[in-house]
Amino acid sequence: MTWLGGAILFWMAAWAVNSAVARSDFGKGRAGRLFVPLLFGVTVLVLWEGVVRGFGVQPVILPAPSLIGAKIAGSLDVLWADFVQTVLKGALSGFVMGVGAAFVVAIAIDRVPFLQRGLLPIGNFVAALPIVGLAPILVMWFGFDWQSKAAVVVVMVFFPVLVNLVAGLQASERMQRDLMATWGAGYWQTLLKLRLPAAMPFFFNGLKIASTLALIGAIVAEFFGSPIYGMGFRISTEVGRLGLDMVWATIAVAALAGSMLYGAITVIERWVTFWHPSQRH
Amino acid sequence: MKDTLTVGAPVIEAKGLNLTFQTGDGPVHALKDVNLTVNRGDFVSFIGPSGCGKTTFLRCVAALEHPTGGSLTVNGVSPDEARRKRAYGYVFQAAGLYPWRTIAGNIALPLEIMGFSKAEQAERIERVLDLVELKGFGKKFPWQLSGGMQQRASIARALAFDADILLMDEPFGALDEIVRDRLNEEVLKLWATTGKTIGFVTHSIPEAVYLSTKIVVMSPRPGRITDVIDSPLPKERPLDIRDSREFIEIAHRVREGLRAGHGDEV
Repeated sequence: MTWLGGAILFWMAAWAVNSAVARSDFGKGRAGRLFVPLLFGVTVLVLWEGVVRGFGVQPVILPAPSLIGAKIAGSLDVLWADFVQTVLKGALSGFVMGVGAAFVVAIAIDRVPFLQRGLLPIGNFVAALPIVGLAPILVMWFGFDWQSKAAVVVVMVFFPVLVNLVAGLQASERMQRDLMATWGAGYWQTLLKLRLPAAMPFFFNGLKIASTLALIGAIVAEFFGSPIYGMGFRISTEVGRLGLDMVWATIAVAALAGSMLYGAITVIERWVTFWHPSQRH
Repeated sequence: MKDTLTVGAPVIEAKGLNLTFQTGDGPVHALKDVNLTVNRGDFVSFIGPSGCGKTTFLRCVAALEHPTGGSLTVNGVSPDEARRKRAYGYVFQAAGLYPWRTIAGNIALPLEIMGFSKAEQAERIERVLDLVELKGFGKKFPWQLSGGMQQRASIARALAFDADILLMDEPFGALDEIVRDRLNEEVLKLWATTGKTIGFVTHSIPEAVYLSTKIVVMSPRPGRITDVIDSPLPKERPLDIRDSREFIEIAHRVREGLRAGHGDEV
């Protein structure tokens, strides 16, 4: 019971500290804005630890954070190999290829209106296919290694990026296109200097959606065949062996990787679309 | 090349110009039998209620719309060809600056498209910023400037590549009266120093009379010219010229023209 009581006490204290910090001048500064969510995260972990120990929850149902932490520390080499296989080789390469393909197709669609009527519905159709149906087929086609995972990711990220970019290319104002015409600008000049910059806020929306899809795709695809490493493989086999602490450790790595990818895109977005009303401060 | 063209030679010539838009509600006669000659160095205002075709006519001159009948030449060639030769700068109702470029970057944009060298771009940007009194604002972004300053920057952009003709479509329509007066004075000064031919769309009678050497009064349904007034006002125009007898007489004639245009539709 002391664990539970201690956790609740810590929670109350942290709450008081956080609300005080959020109202203070320190809370409005850069460090303060980092401190508040950080303390909140720590509080959640402490509360979790207290509840698990206090009620004696079985590790198979919910392991304590300390147990997960120990597992992570003890199996860094395995987790790193899984990370390289799934995130770097599967998700990231698929993400880059899928986004690149969407970019090229979006411009082709823009250039040839006929494609807009032909390709968009097909893209829509492919996007509607369930991933659990598509993944085994792609594993059959491209083999057990990361190539088939990248293929699944390509299929998953292609459509959201394509739709957003096609919409973004229509986002420039009529007057701005008229201006380009009065200066005698051609199609490519107008595309590069007006329509692509104007499309960037849309494009980055697509990228953010795609970044989470990429990780899901790469992990789920491993359920349908993989070498004996990879995050999806790890989750599916460790569940079978009741090694739930390892499953949680892998989930922690996946969450960290996903947040980092998303964060990196947000940073680039802020740099590219600094001019957009949503980014101005 | 410019010197061989004499002042007073026709730059815009419209003969029997017609433009019909096909819409869901049937054809709309945007311009009907428009005949007009604009000479080099003229300051021509187009005035009339909305739907009278004043903006449409300017867009035809800029080759942004294409007439369905009659003939229209700009500098003796078709509007399309004139556009390719970069014969005119166009200033729209809104400044239309690109938010991802600085003011200097915005002015550089047409110059980049037209292939000016970096050094010449910089030199021209300096010159036109000075001309519209925005010296020192080149590094600002458009959203950091007031509406009046943004519109001045868009005028600078239209001036940067030295087109002979400046087409302005209600450039100050969205600005308040005080800023408007000031910008009107500046436009006159600019016109005097550069000697450009200016086409200016407005629906303000004082603005039209104050600025123009020639006032074209138009009326709607179908869009047509009802009166062309050659202004007797001198080229030098202080703001208080608007209280003079001549000014009031011209304004009166414009108002009569607008009323006559409205009369025959009732």
